[in-house]
Amino acid sequence: MSTSTKPKVRVMSGNEACAEGALAAGIRFFGGYPITPSSEIAEVLCYRLPAIGGRFIQMEDEIGAMGSIIGASLAGAKSMTATSGPGFSLKQENIGYACMTEVPCVIVNVMRGGPSTGLPTMAAQGDVMQAKWGTHGDHPIITLTPNSVPETYELTVRAFNLSEKYRVPVILLLDEILGHTEEKFVIPESVEIVDRIKPSDPPETYLPYKHTESGVPPMASFGEGYRYHVTGLAHDETGFPTNNPAEIGKLAERLRRKLDDARDDIVDVQRVECDDAEVLVFAYGCTARSANQAVLEARSRGLKAGLLRPRTMWPFPDREIHALAQQVKQIIVPELADGQIAHEVEWAAKGACPVKGFGRIDGQPIRPVQILELIEEASR
Amino acid sequence: MAKKLVNYDSYLRLDKFPLIWCPGCGDGIVLKAILRAVDRMEIDKNDVCMVSGIGCSSRTPGYVDFNTLHTTHGRALAFATGVKMVRPDLHVVLVTGDGDATAIGGNHFIHAARRNIDITVLLYNNWIYGMTGGQASPATPSGDRASTAPFGSIEPNFDIAGLAAAAGASFVARETVAKPASMDKLIEKAMKNKGFSLVELFTPCPTTYGRRNKMANPVDMVEDLKRRSVTVAKAERLGSDLPEDAIVTGVIVEDDTRPEYTDRYAKLIQQLSGAVK
Amino acid sequence: MSFRYEMRLSGEGGQGLVLAGKILAEAAAIYDDRNATQSQSYGPEARGGASKSEVIISDGEIDFPKAENLDLLLALTQEALDKYNSDLKVGGLLLADAENAARIPEGDWRVYKIPFIGTARDKVGRAIVANIVALGVIVKLSGAVSEKAAEEAILARVPRGTEELNMEAYRTGLAIGEEMAG
Repeated sequence: MSTSTKPKVRVMSGNEACAEGALAAGIRFFGGYPITPSSEIAEVLCYRLPAIGGRFIQMEDEIGAMGSIIGASLAGAKSMTATSGPGFSLKQENIGYACMTEVPCVIVNVMRGGPSTGLPTMAAQGDVMQAKWGTHGDHPIITLTPNSVPETYELTVRAFNLSEKYRVPVILLLDEILGHTEEKFVIPESVEIVDRIKPSDPPETYLPYKHTESGVPPMASFGEGYRYHVTGLAHDETGFPTNNPAEIGKLAERLRRKLDDARDDIVDVQRVECDDAEVLVFAYGCTARSANQAVLEARSRGLKAGLLRPRTMWPFPDREIHALAQQVKQIIVPELADGQIAHEVEWAAKGACPVKGFGRIDGQPIRPVQILELIEEASR
Repeated sequence: MAKKLVNYDSYLRLDKFPLIWCPGCGDGIVLKAILRAVDRMEIDKNDVCMVSGIGCSSRTPGYVDFNTLHTTHGRALAFATGVKMVRPDLHVVLVTGDGDATAIGGNHFIHAARRNIDITVLLYNNWIYGMTGGQASPATPSGDRASTAPFGSIEPNFDIAGLAAAAGASFVARETVAKPASMDKLIEKAMKNKGFSLVELFTPCPTTYGRRNKMANPVDMVEDLKRRSVTVAKAERLGSDLPEDAIVTGVIVEDDTRPEYTDRYAKLIQQLSGAVK
Repeated sequence: MSFRYEMRLSGEGGQGLVLAGKILAEAAAIYDDRNATQSQSYGPEARGGASKSEVIISDGEIDFPKAENLDLLLALTQEALDKYNSDLKVGGLLLADAENAARIPEGDWRVYKIPFIGTARDKVGRAIVANIVALGVIVKLSGAVSEKAAEEAILARVPRGTEELNMEAYRTGLAIGEEMAG
């Protein structure tokens, strides 16, 4: 075969880019279960992982897939699963387990219409609150929301890096349109990779849940000589269960603090034409593509519109919204959901300006012209 | 050959004692049997990963000085599968109960057996949900009482060992805590088997099962287990004369011809190394 | 306004329309160095019944990846033609299979009735390459991708051993397009 002049230019779908991103990030274990519209991620990885010494398993159900990636991560492998709505619901208990036991892993949810079986082949953004609060109990979470094929690759890498850096499960929210639309993508030559911090203490003094300054305890893998205990029960620094309110409080406080303190490292927004904007659109994922088109069209018509797009959804960019809310006449929040993020934006704006939600839950994408009309209305 | 005395303390996390188990519970008997097996096999503690779900028996990992993983209810085998796939060199031992493994975890149980993945499952069958206060499990004998079967269970109960055998496990055995010597042998065999192994261990729960079923005295419960035990060989001889309440003990399946899952995967890796772009 | 071209390739499952869409997108993005998106209908719809692939080619960024204002519609079945013609813009190109999508709906379009399937079957020798015959016609009539780029993209995509057959189908399509453009 002759060498191509542009070897790395490809046309691929968001799901394929997600699998490629995972490989670039160093994935060594994938546990999955077939579900539309996410299955292509598993189909790429089952082919690619064994060839690099990684492991793939199709588990017996969604819950098992989530359990398997936690076990694999504890054994030292960077791990991921991918699913969609119904499967995301089933995984929630074990996602909570990963939060409680601070096991790095990546959960991809290619959102489709719901509730229940809903619309398996149509896009939606209705799982965004579930990503935050799906499992029971208080827990912080990181959720990333790319809006293109190249960005899906980039944020899959980032999802692995953040999960390793902070010892947390990270949720990557795609949607059916992103997952299945193919677009041009130049695969980067190299990416930055972050690995979990290993203990420097000897096994005798190792505390697997140590209240470190950063809040992130070093993590040993099973079989490395550190024989420690992992449990979903409330536990102290040693990892063993405790009913002591002071110890329980310290654990909950540290879990929250380690992400609170890192907020500026995690929160990531894109601003388009925001400097002098009078009308702001807040949108993410596939809807942000329509919003971007609408904002540029509005600008060409002389309207001062801007787009604030979260690439990180959780922790929420509340300060960024609040700052812009002082400046604009209105914030428009289009989403393929019924006001889930609009409510959150309203909370962040704290009354500084009106917030107008525009939800669509019939399986169809929001078209640029629909957002443009809202911008025109708000500009009058 | 002189028997070496087992230094149990060297395997235990004594600072986590006392054990949560009730007086008369059989779980401690199994715990010691596991430690004896590890000791006889001279396995390094760093090379053992003990995984459990939720329930009384599932608290075992907290007391043993291995790599220990106390997971969610019913899902221990899913977590253990992830551990074993990434570290096939570790001895993965799973402790679970009848409710944990065959009700909420039933799906993982049959599929782990089907894959014949090298995990040793020690299933404590006490016919009841002990930790939550005595609710009926899939193993509760028909007619017996539980807090959620106040008039006697009207469901048939699972033959758990039979289930594992049918699903593809390469080693299946049954024993009761009333026969520690036999239990030792079976646990060791299970741990040595390269494949999915199940030892179904009958153990008394006087607190939540015995009390409700006219057997509040733990000694009576152990005596009862002894009385009902019939070896596989004897059961075959008895044929249709086998008593209805018999617990058939011993090796039920031992098949070293079935390929083990992580072995197959390792071969796939070997075959593909450098072959797939 | 920068160059933007929207196409919808429609017919029924099994006719290779998604493959044709992928080839067009790859021709534009990889070999012509433009931007392109391809999206297809999924689910039960993709197995028999009406099926479609949408391709957008642009010199600028492609935000909204769904076709809303079609420059070109290919229809290999009547069902697809009836179902998917509503977004074809005034003056747009309608390429309908002469045998299988013969009833042309009302519309202010440039209509070409071409026996894609018949040509593939009778002239090229295999009905299965009707998609590549259509691709040749599309390349010639739309000008959205270069002939060279399409050829490279086809060769990179089709199964090994079928290159000759597909090239024959492609050239046949180009010739039909040439003739139609007349």
